[in-house]
Parts: sequence; structure tokens; C-alpha cells
Amino acid sequence: MEKGKIVAGALAPHPPHLVYAENPPQNEPRAECGWETLRWGYERLRKSLSKIDYDAIVVFSPHWQTYVGTHFLGVESFNSLSVDPIFPNLFRYHYNLKVDVPLAQAMEKEARDAGLVTKMMTNPDFRVDYGTIISCHMTRPEWDKPIVSISSQRSTHYFSQDVTQGLMLKLGRATRKAIEASGKRVVLLSSNSLSHRHFTSEGDIPEDMSREHIYHHGQYLWDMQMIELMKAGKSKEIFELIPDFTEQTIAETDSGALSWMLAAMDFPTFPAEVHAYGTVIGTGNAVAEWNFETMGGDA
Amino acid sequence: MSDHPVLRGYVLPGLPQPLLTPEKNPGYARLRDAFGRVREQIAATDADLILVYSTMWPSVIGHQIQARPEPEWVHVDELFHDLGSIPYKFRIDSQFAAKWNEVCATRGLPTRTINYHGFPIDTGSVVTLKLINPDNRLPAVIASSNVYADRAETVVFAKAAVEALRQTGKKAIAVIVSSLSNRFHQEFIDPADDRIYSLKDHEWNLKMLEFLEAGRLEDVSQLSRQIQREARVRKVVNFKPFWWLASVMGPHNFYKGTVFGYEPVFGAGAAVVGLDRAAQQARDLEFDEEDPEVYAGERNVLDTTETLSGQAGDLEEAPGAGE
Repeated sequence: MEKGKIVAGALAPHPPHLVYAENPPQNEPRAECGWETLRWGYERLRKSLSKIDYDAIVVFSPHWQTYVGTHFLGVESFNSLSVDPIFPNLFRYHYNLKVDVPLAQAMEKEARDAGLVTKMMTNPDFRVDYGTIISCHMTRPEWDKPIVSISSQRSTHYFSQDVTQGLMLKLGRATRKAIEASGKRVVLLSSNSLSHRHFTSEGDIPEDMSREHIYHHGQYLWDMQMIELMKAGKSKEIFELIPDFTEQTIAETDSGALSWMLAAMDFPTFPAEVHAYGTVIGTGNAVAEWNFETMGGDA
Repeated sequence: MSDHPVLRGYVLPGLPQPLLTPEKNPGYARLRDAFGRVREQIAATDADLILVYSTMWPSVIGHQIQARPEPEWVHVDELFHDLGSIPYKFRIDSQFAAKWNEVCATRGLPTRTINYHGFPIDTGSVVTLKLINPDNRLPAVIASSNVYADRAETVVFAKAAVEALRQTGKKAIAVIVSSLSNRFHQEFIDPADDRIYSLKDHEWNLKMLEFLEAGRLEDVSQLSRQIQREARVRKVVNFKPFWWLASVMGPHNFYKGTVFGYEPVFGAGAAVVGLDRAAQQARDLEFDEEDPEVYAGERNVLDTTETLSGQAGDLEEAPGAGE
């Protein structure tokens, strides 16, 4: 069997506003427009990924929050309705997805062997979190690839971001090892925003772009710092800055998603393609791609 | 005899073990029995509805109030999914939810009602309503805990509920869904071996229970910031449920507390506590917190001297949270 590989990784944030503004048939609410900069960035990501072959998508979601260990979806398919608990007016999405259970099981085993606390999620009534659904929809709306969804262990809140960094380093390496052993070609998604301070009010028209901007200039500066490092191919520096970045901007990197992905990709040294940066209800979001087939060396 | 529209208050834990696996640990079974005693107490009142403030339902766009008349789903907890599924169908007092929302607006507090099929009602609300109101004898109204809110918003949110009760002429049971200490074990354990995560957490829990049993609700409320520092994982800006409960029942110590149960659930301190009105006030009264009636926006305490001058316009323009 040919050795499996990570063919690409993408920072793929999950604001429900993006799916809302896309008006896919799966989502009940309808929008006039909105957040085009980010949505067009996702278009470019999709176009880029369409040029390479891959078998599965592995997504790490901050909105599957597990306070004990890292959990992996372990049911072959899910078909249900996802309603965003924060923005139910924007996201009521009927999903139908397949899970690559053998790959998930392999990742869980590698992570367990590395000393992490893990669990497979095998309850068929489980509702897949909206972070997983949104990042996967925006990246591959055809839903023709099986996914693996990994939960966010909330160790940042229990201990510190430094503890999370250590855990994600192990989880990333375990992910990579399982993928290589699987013989599969896999795309990774880090489903998180950058700075993550929200506005706490919403206009009557949610897609009224005259209201949309970063919550605070300090957040913007930090977001730009992280993006500059992405563009410079300095992923180890990103990893090292994540604790400070998280603390200063309440960043969604507290979830461990980006740290996990960078570690799984073995810290690429080629520049990421930053397809877009934009704000959603005050939070900073970037769509960025590390494509090992078209941009850089081996993952 | 009090004419306050909130007849009784309860502190209830929202973790699913007492509902789904009471046989796994004698403590879980005792908690389930404690819920049963609460159910009997509520049934003996002439309350019209149950008001639930759940720390397990976070919100960002202000507070959210469940208003769907009959929400129905099969719920699975995102962490304890292996314990099983929880089918539910609740009866919600939609009219009261709308009234509460309306009163919040008059007090400057951003809130909204939620009425969507499939909206994910949180584990804590599902567990408590299944255990204290299994046949939907009383309608409920469930409210979120706004992650950006601090004391002022929480107090005003509670006062708006009381005003809404007075306007509608209804009487309510108030419930906060919250653990005391909330640290979980960081490895999967045999439920038979469950214990409070740390001795320090346990000691803080005992202190809270001592105060509550003595009826010192407002004193616990005023300890909230310290409890947050000492016995809580800091997922949110502060420990808010006792601010809400003290404000919705009345911010004082004229209560008689009953601890129906206190047990570890996966390391967290799970207590079932009831609060009745008492003729005499507990000792050691010392109130020094503000008692806001309306919410005037965040104060931007870290901002410029211009903001510190207290111009209302500055305050109102700045979205966000925190005192």
C-alpha cells in the first residue's frame, strides 16, 4: 500500500454567517448578500483544492467541546438538522454526511498510544457540531468526501494554552502517523477564527455590511501579525506565538485547532496562500491554505 | 406572607449522570432522589411556571429566552455521549418568554426569544426539566447565560423576570442550573470511584452549602467573584447564577435553605439545594454591591479618561460586555 499523506491543510473558519450568505439549499434562512471577501476566499480555496486528488477531510472543531479528552466521530453517517445555538436566525442546516470511521479509529488509537486521553463517539443520535459542518460545507459543499471530526479538548481553560500546545503537538503527530499508515490522501481543516471578540448586538439585517468591522484595532494588529507569519512560511513561529495571541485577542486558537494542524503538517516552511481575511460580527477570520501538491514540499 | 411572585428557588446540577446512569454510583442515585424531592415540593405549590437560568446554555447576542411552545428532540451530550440519548418534549410558556423579553428591552438589556425547531436546548436544562417536571405539569421558560455579561446585566435580567411576573400576575419557581465547583477529572474514571476533583473544590462547595443552608443567598451572590477564582474553571467571565437567583428571589438573606443532596459527578460538585422564604434574616448581613435597575451599557473601565467622565453616549456606543 502506498504511504498516505496530508495533501493540504487549510485554516477554514466557521462563522455561520458565511453559509447563511451563500444560501445553499440545506440552510433554511435566506440572505441577500454578505461577507463576500471571506466567501470569495473560500471560492479560491475550493478552486485550488479541486486541482488535487484526496480521499477524506479531517476537521478539528472548536465547537465540539469536550472537557475530558479528545473525541472522534465514530458513526458511519449522520443525517439531521444543525441549529446554531448562538445564531439560530442564521443557521438551520440539514446535513447528510459520511464519516471515514476506519481513519477516525486509527487516529484515536495513535493518539491514545501517544498518551492522550481519547474516546470514539459512537452514539447515532449525536448531533454533529456546527463548526464541523460549516467548515466542511464552505470547503467542499458537494459533501462527496467522507470526513473525520475531532473535538476540542478544553485544556486551555482547565490549565493554560501552553498545556494545549503540548497536547496538540502530540495529537498532530498522531494524526499524521495515522494518515500515513492509512494510505489515504487527506485534507486537514482547522475550523477556527483568529481574534474572537464578538459584538454583542446584531442589526435587523444581519448581512448589513455597514456594521461589519473588527471589534478592536489591537485584535487587527495581532491578526495581521499571524497572517504575515503564514505568508512568510513561518509556521513554527506561529505555533510559538499562539499562547500570547490567544491571550491578547481571546482568539479561537484556544481550541487547539490551528496548533494541531500545524503540528500534523510538520510545520511547513513554504508560504501559505492567504485567500482572504475578513471580520464576522467583529471577529477576525482568515482563509489560508498550505497545499503540499501545488505549493510546497512533503507534508 | 410574601407577595413576591417567585415562590421558591432551587440550585440544580445539570450533568446527565443522575438522569441516565443513577445505578453507576450511589451518589448519582441520591442526587436523583434529591431531584425527586424537589419535584414533590414544586408540585405542592401553586406556581404557574418554572423559570430556568442555565449556565450550560451560553449566548453571545445578549441573553436568549426559549420561546418555542413544544420543543422536541433527542438530545445527546457532547461530552458524555456514551451515557445514552435523552428524548424530550417540553411545554414552554411562550407568552411569558415574550413578556420577559419585552421588559428587558425597557431596561436597556439586549435579549431575544428563540423559537426554532431543532434548537439545541442544553444538557443542563434538559436534565433538570426531565427530573423535576417529567410530565410537563408546569410550563417552563429557559434562559441562557450570556458569555459577555457580568453582574449588572445578570441582575437586570433577573429583575426583568420579576417585573414580567408581576405584569402577568404569574407565580414562578426559579431554578439555576449549575454545578458548584466545575472541574472534571481529566481522565475517564470508573463512576464508582467518583469524587470531587480536589479537596479545595470540596471545601469551597461546603462553604457555599453552609451559607445556602443558613439562607444566606445574597451573601453567596456577593461571593461569586471569589468562587469563580477559587472553584471554577474559567470558561466565562464570571460565576453568575447566584447573581441571577438572588436578584430574581430578592437580594437578601431572608431564606431557609435545604440541601437535598451534594455529590461528586465526574469530579464536579453537584448540589441540589432549595431556598424558601423565611421570617427571619440570617446573620452576618453585609451588602455592598450595586443594585442596578437598568442596564446602561459597558463601562469600558480600561478605556480613556473621556469615558471615565461617564458620558452616556460614549457608553452606549461601545458594544460588548463587562463591567
